[in-house]
Amino acid sequence: MAKKDAPPRWDRRMQQRLARGEAAALGECYDRFASLVHGLAHRVLGDEEAADGITREVFVHVWEHPESYDPKQGPLRSWIAMLTHRLAVQRLHAAGTAALAQGGQGTPEDLERRVRQASIAARADFIVTSMPVPLRAALERAYFQRRDYRQTAVDLDIEEEEARRRLRLGLQLLSTAHEAAPSGVPPEAGEAW
Amino acid sequence: MTEEEGPEGHGKHQRHGAHEGPGTPAADGGTAAGHGRVADGDAQGAEPGSDARGPGEPGPPADGGTDRNGGMDGHGDSDTAGNGATGRSGARVGRPADPGTGGDGAAYGPAGPVTGADGPGGTGRAPRIPTPRSSVEDSGMPLPDPSPVTAPPVSPPALVLEHGVLKSLLGAWALAACSAEETAAVEAHLGDCGPCADEARRLRQAVGLLQRPESLDLDPALRTRVLQSCLDRRPPRIPVPDWVAPFDAEAARLDALLQDIGDSEWHAPVRLRWFDGTGPTSRRTTVAGVIAHLLSVDGLVAVALGLDDPLGSVSGEEGTPEGRTEAYWRASHFPPTRSVRGPWREQSHNLVRTLSFTGGDTGTPTVSYGGFGLSLRDAMLDRAFECWVHAEDIANAIDYPYEPPAPRHLNSMIDLGARLLPAMLAARRQAGLAAPGRTRHLVPAGEPGRTLRLEIEGSGGGQWLIALDSPGAVASAEHEVAHVALDGVEFCRLAAGHVPPEEAAAGQVGDREAIRDVLFAAASLSRM
Repeated sequence: MAKKDAPPRWDRRMQQRLARGEAAALGECYDRFASLVHGLAHRVLGDEEAADGITREVFVHVWEHPESYDPKQGPLRSWIAMLTHRLAVQRLHAAGTAALAQGGQGTPEDLERRVRQASIAARADFIVTSMPVPLRAALERAYFQRRDYRQTAVDLDIEEEEARRRLRLGLQLLSTAHEAAPSGVPPEAGEAW
Repeated sequence: MTEEEGPEGHGKHQRHGAHEGPGTPAADGGTAAGHGRVADGDAQGAEPGSDARGPGEPGPPADGGTDRNGGMDGHGDSDTAGNGATGRSGARVGRPADPGTGGDGAAYGPAGPVTGADGPGGTGRAPRIPTPRSSVEDSGMPLPDPSPVTAPPVSPPALVLEHGVLKSLLGAWALAACSAEETAAVEAHLGDCGPCADEARRLRQAVGLLQRPESLDLDPALRTRVLQSCLDRRPPRIPVPDWVAPFDAEAARLDALLQDIGDSEWHAPVRLRWFDGTGPTSRRTTVAGVIAHLLSVDGLVAVALGLDDPLGSVSGEEGTPEGRTEAYWRASHFPPTRSVRGPWREQSHNLVRTLSFTGGDTGTPTVSYGGFGLSLRDAMLDRAFECWVHAEDIANAIDYPYEPPAPRHLNSMIDLGARLLPAMLAARRQAGLAAPGRTRHLVPAGEPGRTLRLEIEGSGGGQWLIALDSPGAVASAEHEVAHVALDGVEFCRLAAGHVPPEEAAAGQVGDREAIRDVLFAAASLSRM
């Protein structure tokens, strides 16, 4: 996903700085990715405090194991998003399982479904935030601002054909959110986002 | 869609309609089955029908947003075109936050005929009706090219489009962002073209995944907590020095504020205020202008560390904070925009990083502020302080809440102010702005002299003894002639020149003249 426009040099450098224990690098890493991490965790868990907790877990992991990121596998951003996704889904699953064990409502199948939905929603969020800006801008116009594609073309100063292309391509990217994670099983490292 | 058709009523009916709706012709069942077959082969095949919904929402309301412009099945009906054109708004009002529902409605919803019958039922939901999209003319937005949309309001002539065009319209169609005629043409086509129907279904389902980004403001205190957890688990080999931490934290807080503001807010007017030694003064700029100011003055530290000067060759003639800022503003042909955020943030990160390596123990360079200099440590505290003060200026200008710094950071900022007071007092005395004092003696350096006790209340507060007679004198509790008490944030506002010294709400005991001089000296610490 959007691997081509990631700055691999920045990613590699960040990894090296984290690996050599530079606290300033940790701060920069937080400044760059915290809102992504917190947003994804919140999308999955729907709870502020839980999202704070995941944010802490993610950065602790990044700081303690920077070597577990392989720049060849893709951008740091994707790796961090995947890590967040995995931890948040795990937590949702664990919390749901615990609730069921204590006689909570619903069935294990309900839980699986809920976890899968949350997982897809979070992946969709990540796809939207990572897609090329022109595609995102077109979707933003057409969906949130209710502009039709002709108006979108005017707004963005592009041909109508291009507006149609961007809307279609944007949705095609977004539709991949349904791929990857089967049922409630969190995606493992290296799995495509 | 007519006024009466709330998106929910729409969706509700749609679901039942698929099976029992009176207005649902046999064609509906046929189409749904067809899509089911197609869907089995694609990525969504694993979750057809209600499976794609969240748990507990097999019922109709969850469908609120799904049936924007009529289902794909609607193509056989003459109502569909009109429906498709206006129905799109329902999708927005529905629940974009409900993932996975979009595809459903799209694939199985016989929106056209059914909703017509649903009219009365939907009336009660009128308040949820979105504004019709036809009002672009009134919105001030540029009008779209009207060329193809000149059809009469009722039963537009069928549009004949070639396959490539129809395919290219699928995204716009899924978003309900094409004309009524195009919608009709696409939907007619979907009945004949398996691959397009398949893609249409997938794209419509993807629309259900579009959600407002989670724009919850991150708790600024979370940064400190998270970083501390990390550093507790694995102590850093290259830590950020304590005295850089306030700057690091304040820059991060301001940056988080900036991240949340819109384009227009960057141009909101801000009045920079300070105390010029005798009275309050100010300079008008914008939010972006304030960031340019911070960039320019932080640049003094960058220059001292041998980093790039953000002013480059236009460096202010005198090198004072004000001179540099004015030079930066002058040098840009256009008023600053949000594009200053990047360079400002990059420089602040670079400062933190560089100072982590240089440490600052030996050979600490002095940072020149033009008329005076500060040690690297004090300069960084000063920059942290300024960052907070100006962040507050910005927050006020755009009506955002903004909290004071963490208590221990506030404490080091107050400490800096307290330590600078004796020199400022002496300078004011020299300039004839402060009274020599009735009992003034020349106190030799290192000897105790008259002292004012500054008591700062609130979190981050403490007590400071201020030597009144000369910067070299030693402050001593035994020589205390006055006692001033005020709140920590209030003291900082005074030192920022935002509160006139006459109005600083201070508890005062003792030598009134000494107190006045100290309060004026505190205000005089401020500058642009």
